[in-house]
Amino acid sequence: MRALARLWRRLPGTAKAGVVLLGVFLLIAIIGPEVTPDNPSVTTPLQAAAPSGAHLFGTTQTGQDVLSQFLVGVRLTLELAFWVGVIATALAVIVGVTAAYAGGLVDEFLSLLTNVFLVIPALPLLIVLLGFLNGTSAGQGQLPVIFVLSLLGWPWGARVIRAQALSIRSRDFIAATRETGERGWRIIGFDVIPNMVSLIAASFVNTVLYAVGASVALAFIGLTDPNQWSLGTMLYWAQLGNALQIGAWWWYVPPGLAVALLGTALVLLNTGIDELSNPRLRDARSATKIASRRVWTTDPTPVLGALDGHGRLAGLARSFSRKSLIDGAAADTGNAEKAGKLT
Amino acid sequence: MRFLLRRLAFYLVAFWVAITLNFFIPRAMPGSAVDAVLAKFPQLQPAARKALEATLGTGDQGSLWSQYLTYLNHLFHLDFGASLSNYPTPVTSIVANGVYWTIGLVGVATVIAFIVGTGLGILAGWRAGGKLDRSLPGMMFLQATPYFFLALLLIQVFGITLHVFPVAGAYDGINYTPGWTWPYIANVADHAFLPALTIVVTSVAGWMLQMRNVMVTTIGEDYVMAAQAKGLSDRRVVYTYAARNALLPQLQGFGLAIGFVISGALVMEIVFSYPGIGYLLLNAAASKDTPLMQAIFLLITVAVLVANLLVDIVLVFIDPRVRAREVAR
Repeated sequence: MRALARLWRRLPGTAKAGVVLLGVFLLIAIIGPEVTPDNPSVTTPLQAAAPSGAHLFGTTQTGQDVLSQFLVGVRLTLELAFWVGVIATALAVIVGVTAAYAGGLVDEFLSLLTNVFLVIPALPLLIVLLGFLNGTSAGQGQLPVIFVLSLLGWPWGARVIRAQALSIRSRDFIAATRETGERGWRIIGFDVIPNMVSLIAASFVNTVLYAVGASVALAFIGLTDPNQWSLGTMLYWAQLGNALQIGAWWWYVPPGLAVALLGTALVLLNTGIDELSNPRLRDARSATKIASRRVWTTDPTPVLGALDGHGRLAGLARSFSRKSLIDGAAADTGNAEKAGKLT
Repeated sequence: MRFLLRRLAFYLVAFWVAITLNFFIPRAMPGSAVDAVLAKFPQLQPAARKALEATLGTGDQGSLWSQYLTYLNHLFHLDFGASLSNYPTPVTSIVANGVYWTIGLVGVATVIAFIVGTGLGILAGWRAGGKLDRSLPGMMFLQATPYFFLALLLIQVFGITLHVFPVAGAYDGINYTPGWTWPYIANVADHAFLPALTIVVTSVAGWMLQMRNVMVTTIGEDYVMAAQAKGLSDRRVVYTYAARNALLPQLQGFGLAIGFVISGALVMEIVFSYPGIGYLLLNAAASKDTPLMQAIFLLITVAVLVANLLVDIVLVFIDPRVRAREVAR
């Protein structure tokens, strides 16, 4: 608890805002569906009514209560994003750690696989996959979407986790454990992975962000089960019911705004983690000004030190940064590979 | 050179994986999904039915290996068959019609977003903690806003309430005929304005944020401080010392982003009924027009791979560090 309180104090303001915002959504997701005023699917004669006391968020063109749909939808969207996050991150850990730990041909193959899936555009592939499944018995419910999104969501994490596992593998304490005769899977499970918890958490946040965006987009274009109330299907029905033309802004603004705020919360959280681990970004706001120029005290741990794959703190700091999840790995895989070969 | 050859080999492997995935996706689908496609087109002529069965891997088609070889053979002759929903128009000509709308709209919008975002990022990074820098959380909100939600809002405000801009299609087909005439071009620009604005507004923040972060890190480098100590003007320090170096990762992101912008634009095109690749792909998916779906997926993949390769080539030429890393290897 104390450690949590200390972490909270060290968090930059942006990250705090992200945590609070995310907390609000979690709260809605947990208690929302229990307190819905109406059944979200029941139609009433009160069509496309503006927000009022009886229907706080108004009604849809078929007289369904928008607030009820919204409360159920937040849970469904978060649930889906959560499971995609869990499954894809698990896959990323398995692939990344196996590649780093096994080395040699296995590593070459898994790294190639990771990079290939990183470069093949995901959304068109998702549309093709769901285009086949949609409207058939196999395409009902949330499961196919979770499955397909997880299947394409792991390479980002796998790449950073591999780089980090490579650098951990070359540390002395791992060599010591190996000398004592520990088996491979025990070393991986009890020594390597526990040292990457923070990195795994960061890649989880990123995967959840991807899952929210992709699932809402796919639902909006009608490729998921339209009978499930998620934020995306709400927008799908709003578009289909000409919410724009009849001026029913209360129908599509709540789900759209919710997605935007949810995304903002996750991005803020990520940037906060970024600032926490990269001293230059953190201190940018407090740099000393001499004659209107910004001057930093010399940085004792050069940020670029992270690039050579040694130095736990620096490496961790870098692997945390959002950029490294996108293209940083491209810049430093060469070095990480070298670091791996040294061992 | 060896670096480029390795990259080329990598992209070839990626391409092979993409076409192989394309081959196996229908075959890995549960039977009901394949039946649904077949049931959707009961009136097909025998030749078309045979072609469809070959794509889906059902019926009497011989071994998997021979199916795969036939598939590759068709692919290398750019023979994707006929579109099922617009039978018998060949898929290639439908795709060719959509491609330039997408390239024109998304290409221009991406370049604008890249330039504006990078410029703002330079300023925000240089004056870290300044007014522009403090607007970043707002920018993040714009970045997190789904493309299509912003598109809906813009349609509501500018299209339906104010009647300033058209909200659907690429041009007014009733009053204008396509050609290199001013009224037609103006009409096209009019139709492209809102979609382009959507892309620019939602993607500017990403560029800005990344550039700002790299700038802040670069400004702390010794050579920038040395330049300042020499008494060079701020302008020179910012643009020729800091920004030039900070731009390199940005450029790498640009190559990757082309792929993501096409993906993001898929949904945007659907909202505006803009007759580009995304609109085609969605219609193909909705009507289960499998040949068209597969051709578009492959086209997008090739575009992304080529863009990445081009960025790799450019980086080798402008960044000595990439070359140096190769020598060290």
